[in-house]
Amino acid sequence: MALIRKNKHFKWLHKHLLGLRDLTPEEITHILDTAEGFEQISTRSVKKAPPLRGKVVVNLFFEDSTRTRNSFALAASRLSADIIEFTKKASSVSKGETLLDTAKNLEAMGIDIVVIRHSAGGAPAFLSRNMDACVVNAGDGFCEHPTQGLLDVYTIRKIRGTLRGLKVAIVGDIAHSRVARSDMWAMTKLGAEVIFVGPPTLMPTQVTRLPVSVSYSLDEVIEKVDVINMLRIQFERLGGNPFPSIREYAHYFGLTVERMKRAKADILVMHPGPINRGLEMESEVADGPNSVILEQVKNGLAVRMAVLFLVNQGAALDKAAKKKADKRTLSKGEPLDMD
Amino acid sequence: MQSLIIKNGRVIDPANNIDKTGDVLIVDGKIAEVGKVEESQQTVIDASGRLVTPGLIDIHVHFREPGDEEEETIASGSAAAVAGGFTSVVCMPNTNPPIENETDVEYIHRKGRKARKTHVYTMGAITKARQGVELAEMGFMAEAGAVGFTDDGSGIQDPAVMLRALKYAAMFDVVIAQHCQDNGFAGNGVMNAGYFSTILGLPGIDALAEQAMLWRDIQLIKKTNVRYHAQHISTAGAVELIRAAKKDSLPVTCEVTPHHLLFTEQCCADYDTNYKVNPPLRTQQDVDALKQAVSEGLVDALVTDHAPHLQSEKELEFLTAPFGIASLECALGLYVKALIEPKVLDWPGLIRLMTERPAAIIGIEKGTLSKGRQADVTIINPDAEYNIDARKFRSKSRNCPYHTWTVKGKIEKTIVGGEIRFSDGD
Repeated sequence: MALIRKNKHFKWLHKHLLGLRDLTPEEITHILDTAEGFEQISTRSVKKAPPLRGKVVVNLFFEDSTRTRNSFALAASRLSADIIEFTKKASSVSKGETLLDTAKNLEAMGIDIVVIRHSAGGAPAFLSRNMDACVVNAGDGFCEHPTQGLLDVYTIRKIRGTLRGLKVAIVGDIAHSRVARSDMWAMTKLGAEVIFVGPPTLMPTQVTRLPVSVSYSLDEVIEKVDVINMLRIQFERLGGNPFPSIREYAHYFGLTVERMKRAKADILVMHPGPINRGLEMESEVADGPNSVILEQVKNGLAVRMAVLFLVNQGAALDKAAKKKADKRTLSKGEPLDMD
Repeated sequence: MQSLIIKNGRVIDPANNIDKTGDVLIVDGKIAEVGKVEESQQTVIDASGRLVTPGLIDIHVHFREPGDEEEETIASGSAAAVAGGFTSVVCMPNTNPPIENETDVEYIHRKGRKARKTHVYTMGAITKARQGVELAEMGFMAEAGAVGFTDDGSGIQDPAVMLRALKYAAMFDVVIAQHCQDNGFAGNGVMNAGYFSTILGLPGIDALAEQAMLWRDIQLIKKTNVRYHAQHISTAGAVELIRAAKKDSLPVTCEVTPHHLLFTEQCCADYDTNYKVNPPLRTQQDVDALKQAVSEGLVDALVTDHAPHLQSEKELEFLTAPFGIASLECALGLYVKALIEPKVLDWPGLIRLMTERPAAIIGIEKGTLSKGRQADVTIINPDAEYNIDARKFRSKSRNCPYHTWTVKGKIEKTIVGGEIRFSDGD
């Protein structure tokens, strides 16, 4: 099976996927291309491929998650890896073990890939500095959620062919959204124009320095955009009282049937899930003809397979490079036999 | 009669406007003569090519005792202090339990005397348990020798409590110091609120948190005229407020740390917790404003805010790791890099902010080489370069972002009360 269809000469070198901010457009495209190859596996009668056979993937989740965790678990199993599930409640983290100790213990068990979700921004970066295993970020605080960003651009690209020139509105609690950040990096790198929409109280500090435009009016934006991504209002992360009531929020920023009437006919409606029905989006819209929400979930699997596959490849290259470097220093140190 | 003579150094004593080559004679632990001294039977230290200055003073350190002795003790902190050239330090009262009564103050003094390295002073808490609600016994603490009061670690949030504290403190001629940070603006922030906090996904501490409280306090000082000291200011806005307050001749002073002169928020970009500090590292504009303030004479003291933490505590997620940088032992070299090399200050200017001025803030008779004063003297090799090696710190902690830096300005000898308490190479 040809996994890499488009750019055969591209070489993926990373053993971690910590975020999309530091990736090049070529690297992001390479992940998407790789995912396309993996998407076919799900359509076969035997839904398994062998590239991670003998590898151990740990799902290290310190925050609640259903779809991302299951999606990673399924992706790993489709690639024939063994999976360890590690959730906060089931582990010794509640007894006060530090993240570093947890990581070292897992490493001692010989794991190859850590998929981590954590409430602290930077936790995956911290792990990657302190262990040899590959680290894949499954969401860290409100920093990044790279596989979500990738599956979002994958979904758009699949339907529209390209991101270039598209206008994308990301609506809601931008300040506390890792999805908004990963989407922003991925979409703008691939040539889309991103508009953050929400009340000023839910915009991040110095949002004007980000490569996006900002609007406080969904009504003004709805007619112009090709894609609209409605973020979930994350009640668990909202500090204080950023909007007066759910009613008022839904009035200004909810994606209602009424608002949809003014949107482009072929607008793509996205949501990272789980949906607060009737709050950020009315049910008729979520289940309507423009919704690609379930398509996103489906594509998430292929994207995560691609990510696990690629970081494993990156680790192999990294190992080979280190071996070579070791050899080189060794030969330098050896006395030369000269006549 | 015990005597010691320091020969041929560049004697810098800003309080007495001295900056010339000469000798310093110490007799029975006191400064006996500065100028030309004839050798006789004394012990002689050759200080040719060296600076001979009043012992350095750091009015903002955390020695963690009582309560967190695994991070630092008064003994280990004192050893670090003399290695950094400091003959006097002021411990902050945010220990566990906090320093909030005369017994606590005496405990710090006793431990300091026992360590027998540097003079150890302490500030007391302004409010009981540093809760910002009820006043602590400032009178008794002042009588026991507390050199000022602060709830450092946090600011006093309630303006009515702060006003009451200032009014009450007016009885004792003490300085009230404040960690200016309005918790409403600071929230649960862990770094400067700005572009980097946004892309790193970390909650930010707005510069307004510092400015709002400092502005409020200055209004209270106008009402009470009590001596007020703004601790570790970090923002351009705070500099503006200090400038205006000094123009109005209010009794307001302020201090600056090396990290706020040397780093910006960008240093947090790799989530390195050694850059997690409170107040947080700000922007280049703030760094420039602080340097400008130093050059204008608006800054009264250079302090380290030496805040030791265990490696295991700093090896946590950036969100959960504790705030603080340990820098007592390498402070002088850092100020040289931050202020002397870019010509913000000359040597006498730097020494003034590390001796005479901080001594004046806390009201101790130190920081000069005046005849008859206790002989606290620091001998510095201004041209010697060295590598900062945190692993060799006398401090118990290693949370030092300057590790492996090369700096100039080496402490050669630290003399406290006429005794050589530190010699480089020992």
